[in-house]
Amino acid sequence: MNALTYPPHARTYRYDEIDREFLQERIAEFRGQVERRLKGELTEDEFKPLRLMNGLYLQLHAYMLRIAIPYGLLNSAQLRQLGRIARRWDRGFGHFTTRQNIQFNWTRLEDVPAMLEALAEVDMHAIQTSGNCIRNTTTDEYAGASPDEVVDPRVYAEILRQWSTLHPEFTWLPRKFKIAITGSPHDRVAAQVHDVGVLAKRNARGEVGFEVYAGGGLGRTPIIARKLRDWVPEAEFLAYMEAVLRVYNALGQRDNIYKARIKILVRDLGAEFTQMVEREYERMPRDKYRLDPEIVAAIGAHFAPPPFAALQDQPLPEDREFRAWAAASIRAHKQPGYASVTISLKPIGGIPGDASADQMEAVADLAERHSFGEIRVTHVQNLVLPHVRQEDLFTLWQGLRAAGLATPNIGLISDIIACPGMDYCALATARSIPIAQQISERFADLDRQHAIGECFINISGCINACGHHHVAHIGILGVDKRGEEVYQITLGGSATNDASIGELIGPAFSYDTIVDAVETLIATYVAHRTAGERFIDTYRRLGAAPFKEALYAPA
Amino acid sequence: MSTKAKARPATAPVVFTANRLRDGRVVWFGAEGIWQDRIAAVTPFAPEAAETGLAEAQQAERQQQVVGVYAVEVGPGPTPLKFRERLRVSGPSVAAEAA
Amino acid sequence: MPLLEDGRLRPDDWTSIEDEAPLPEGPAIVSLARLRAEADALAGRNAPLGVALSPETQPEEVAPFLDRLALVAVCLPKSKDGRAFTQIRALREHHGFTGEIRATGHVLPDQYAMLLRCGVTTVEVPESTDPATWTRSRDTIRIAYQAAQSADRPLSLLRRKLELA
Repeated sequence: MNALTYPPHARTYRYDEIDREFLQERIAEFRGQVERRLKGELTEDEFKPLRLMNGLYLQLHAYMLRIAIPYGLLNSAQLRQLGRIARRWDRGFGHFTTRQNIQFNWTRLEDVPAMLEALAEVDMHAIQTSGNCIRNTTTDEYAGASPDEVVDPRVYAEILRQWSTLHPEFTWLPRKFKIAITGSPHDRVAAQVHDVGVLAKRNARGEVGFEVYAGGGLGRTPIIARKLRDWVPEAEFLAYMEAVLRVYNALGQRDNIYKARIKILVRDLGAEFTQMVEREYERMPRDKYRLDPEIVAAIGAHFAPPPFAALQDQPLPEDREFRAWAAASIRAHKQPGYASVTISLKPIGGIPGDASADQMEAVADLAERHSFGEIRVTHVQNLVLPHVRQEDLFTLWQGLRAAGLATPNIGLISDIIACPGMDYCALATARSIPIAQQISERFADLDRQHAIGECFINISGCINACGHHHVAHIGILGVDKRGEEVYQITLGGSATNDASIGELIGPAFSYDTIVDAVETLIATYVAHRTAGERFIDTYRRLGAAPFKEALYAPA
Repeated sequence: MSTKAKARPATAPVVFTANRLRDGRVVWFGAEGIWQDRIAAVTPFAPEAAETGLAEAQQAERQQQVVGVYAVEVGPGPTPLKFRERLRVSGPSVAAEAA
Repeated sequence: MPLLEDGRLRPDDWTSIEDEAPLPEGPAIVSLARLRAEADALAGRNAPLGVALSPETQPEEVAPFLDRLALVAVCLPKSKDGRAFTQIRALREHHGFTGEIRATGHVLPDQYAMLLRCGVTTVEVPESTDPATWTRSRDTIRIAYQAAQSADRPLSLLRRKLELA
């Protein structure tokens, strides 16, 4: 199948001629910037923000290209093309990130314009995947499929994507700016730890509006966001976003990179921040920024339900191994007879979020056969096939197993988030991936993992917290202590509706003892839990004391 | 970045490192005055020669050959003293493909 | 330093005046502090007046004087410091300023189109500047997805075709 031939029913935003013309212009611009850099017309200091806004980092071993997967949505042709890019310009694999993007670790600067051309063939790009601008908006990986969904967040995520793309006023912000949007009362996007978090909802009349949070974030100063508004009417959505960004661009700190995120401004100004946003919003010529219902409808049409068959829910086959996979990987769908399937990119001992080109192609094939050609990337670094017929689940499982993608560990202790860490990242102070691999191997027995139950371990290789360690049940932060990698543990974090920042439990552990420490924490939890309690529940009930004692009491 | 170059005075022999502009690959610079792909191919500067070495190495930055020159203290081999720099020599410590 | 306007270089007729220095005959740019302190005397001059805003100045602060000003200069102390973009947009949109808005400081050609879309008139550029680099950069991307201060021609959805040249 040609990369340009899209699966007919995959509900990704379809580019028209003007979108494509725009991408070509953007590639031409970047090609020119690369040429000016190579000729010396741009210094590295001048070029750096320009390349970053095209997703290009200079990392430890090479350039790294981060490609935008808009709000985590892919069709099979796009995923297949990513596999092709991995083979042609990288080392045959790619790395899915917590921001629902993909990055390639072995990029050559000279190749980037050609890579961008290849992406443009499937209406993809790397625009604003880095830099001090509005980044890729993230959303719920079960959008359009989840039974609890009130508003389809993809429509507004796409509107945000268009609005934020090369925004003339907000491309040189104090610092990066990340927006997450969910359309379900159960927050699956960690809205409260984003620069702006949006909960789309409906009022009694069925009209769409937005609850808006600002100033959340992780990094070295983790903060839960402040609620700005309970209700922004749909038509005023972009006006309100403009107002938030205007206040931030004018007043966010510029002289200290560690205090430049909006969370610091919101924390320092408190209620005054909300008032400033409201004042700006009140005085704007709002007609100019009004979101036309026709635009919403036109973009919404891209995300219409695929042609579901009229089916009934049905029992799953008896096969024990299949049942174990199904228990971890299958999620209820709003359409009877269908299910959403999460594909684990966390094989035991593997690199969290990595997929080989072969695996990308295998998933693309399976998505075409079983999910209208649609794939989602999750912020936990897994993939989702959103719309699978229940009667196809067994066949799908066999296909995934053949591709090495059927590890039944979704939501379990080996479903670990890990940043690239010092193995790849120029900022990291310690390795993350090998710790994830060792924990995964230590708990390799899947019966044991099921017995332990839901437990989220997140690992960051530096204080910037790309591994989201603050919001994990067990968070691990690798830092450098006099030339040695050591690992701090935080407990009790959560990124859902009951968002909380994990607390540091005590002194750090060495590279060689951190896995034992995790084992001790789990043993303590298992010894203390009451029936049905998850790790986080036991921790919240008992507090840190028993865990601290188990970790640090003299033997 | 150029700020890294302003490190404290060297107390051990140093080589210089950077990423090559065109492809980003890690490169090394020693007393021979040539940027090399392999650290084994360069001869370290004595600590007292580090400053002169840096000036030579940074010329390549101005000529659009490399990016982000900085000094790396080394022991015999030469082998960097710091773990991070040893990782830059050896590549990622994890298998470079999905399991 | 020369100015870039409509993609062409032209000489600068304006003089920037230090706070303590005497005022010249011709067009003069003063600081906001001086503008405040000597508002009446400055209004009595028989030559155009401009003000230079520092990046931390909120445009409201200059609003009371705008009807007497022919020019407002904003500054990018570093190219990645984008506060000027919000100042420029606010001067046009909130305060209806129709005079010259000039971008000074470390401005990259790659920022030209966005500055124009926020409402800038002129950019102060170094002596050796090749204006072709700026016009190329301005003209590379002809499509935008959001409203701006310049005379964009609306297309379907969020998209507008640019008319910057």
